[in-house]
Amino acid sequence: MYQYDWSVISRNMDVFIEGALKTIEISALAILIAIPIGIIFGMGRISKNVIFRLISSIYVEIIRGVPLLVLLIWIFFVLGQFLKLGSYWGAIWGLAIFAGAFIAEIVRSGIQGVPKGQMEAARSLGMSHAKAMTHIILPQAFRRVLPPLASQFIMLIKDSSLVSVIAATELTLNAKNLVATSFRSIEVWTFVALIYFIMTFSLSLIIRYFEKRLSKSEA
Amino acid sequence: MISIKNVNKSFGAHHVLTDVSLEVPKSNVVALIGPSGAGKSTLIRTINALEPINNGEIIVDGISIHDKKTDINKARLNIGFVFQSFNLFPFLTALENVTISPMKVKGLSKEEAEKRGKELLISLGLGDKFDSYPSRLSGGQQQRVAIARALAMDPQVMLFDEPTSALDPEMVTEVLDAIRKLAKEGMTMVVVTHEMGFAKEICDEIVFMADGKIVERAAPEKFFTNPDTQRAQDFLSKVLNH
Repeated sequence: MYQYDWSVISRNMDVFIEGALKTIEISALAILIAIPIGIIFGMGRISKNVIFRLISSIYVEIIRGVPLLVLLIWIFFVLGQFLKLGSYWGAIWGLAIFAGAFIAEIVRSGIQGVPKGQMEAARSLGMSHAKAMTHIILPQAFRRVLPPLASQFIMLIKDSSLVSVIAATELTLNAKNLVATSFRSIEVWTFVALIYFIMTFSLSLIIRYFEKRLSKSEA
Repeated sequence: MISIKNVNKSFGAHHVLTDVSLEVPKSNVVALIGPSGAGKSTLIRTINALEPINNGEIIVDGISIHDKKTDINKARLNIGFVFQSFNLFPFLTALENVTISPMKVKGLSKEEAEKRGKELLISLGLGDKFDSYPSRLSGGQQQRVAIARALAMDPQVMLFDEPTSALDPEMVTEVLDAIRKLAKEGMTMVVVTHEMGFAKEICDEIVFMADGKIVERAAPEKFFTNPDTQRAQDFLSKVLNH
């Protein structure tokens, strides 16, 4: 019969906290890079410029078709040879390039979801295509993309556990190492699951708050 | 003011506009009427280049609209457009809908744009709706905001594409009154409409279209009592006898 010993958690709390903070840091930096990538390629997917549209489609399709785990390892070993990424930046760029493709699709559907009459009305008032995009279409697309964007952010926090394979320090890697020395896998992994849940659930509460505030201003 | 010369437009083999020519002198009001699918909406949308044309020429206030060298954004400042489905910006208040383009396109200050915007909304009977979002306005109120939004750019010409077709019957009058007022002020206008009484009352000329062509042009009195073409007689017997 397995004897539970939960003291492994309290004795190693610093390891969990350090890991959780690194997870947040890596996820936050990855999101900050992924958002501009997503906006640029999302607009590229519906651009009139054939080359821009082609490049964007290739990027999105390739990334959507490759598992994140494989992508991370590929970026670390292949790109890492030329770019001296290291595991920390390799992890951040890997997550950002991965999430960027999904954000691009969210941005594309958000823009395409704005009724065609909005662009026509803006253009009929003398706005250029770029001005109409900036002042009329994107603000409406932004409201539409918030919910799917929120689930993408939550996915990214969870996906960040995979970067342990390229030895980037974060919660999952710290937990693996702790299990290797303490042999307390049930206690450690239960607690790690709880920490991930707390992080993602807090984020979803924060996003829900912002969504409510936005919808209030419109009603 | 508006000069349309031999305009053709087709989607593949389907001719939407066939050799359409039309002159609208300054301060004239022209009604485009005809059965659905006649090309009325397409024609009015080509006047501010919301629809491209295959060939021909459209000149508004001296500017060739479909010429590649024309700065279409600048040309459109002269042409107000009112849509059947209003197309107000739902995330902006009534006043913001009216002021956004004067600010972002003409570079007016917020104060200038709001002063003019409030005047326009008040003149259209919307003095108590400045801060209302479109979702809180009735169809008639939304369409009047849309008219104010177009007028805020101080256009020389106003185009109305079935401005009352999406409205409940009791709201048609308030929108027609707004257009009637513009006609009295001497605005040059083209109106696609199914409101025959209104067309008869305020228009200088009726342009009857069918199958992508202008079939008949006449003064309202003449057109509604004694149209020349069989096509127009058939159309009128259908829309007037019920």
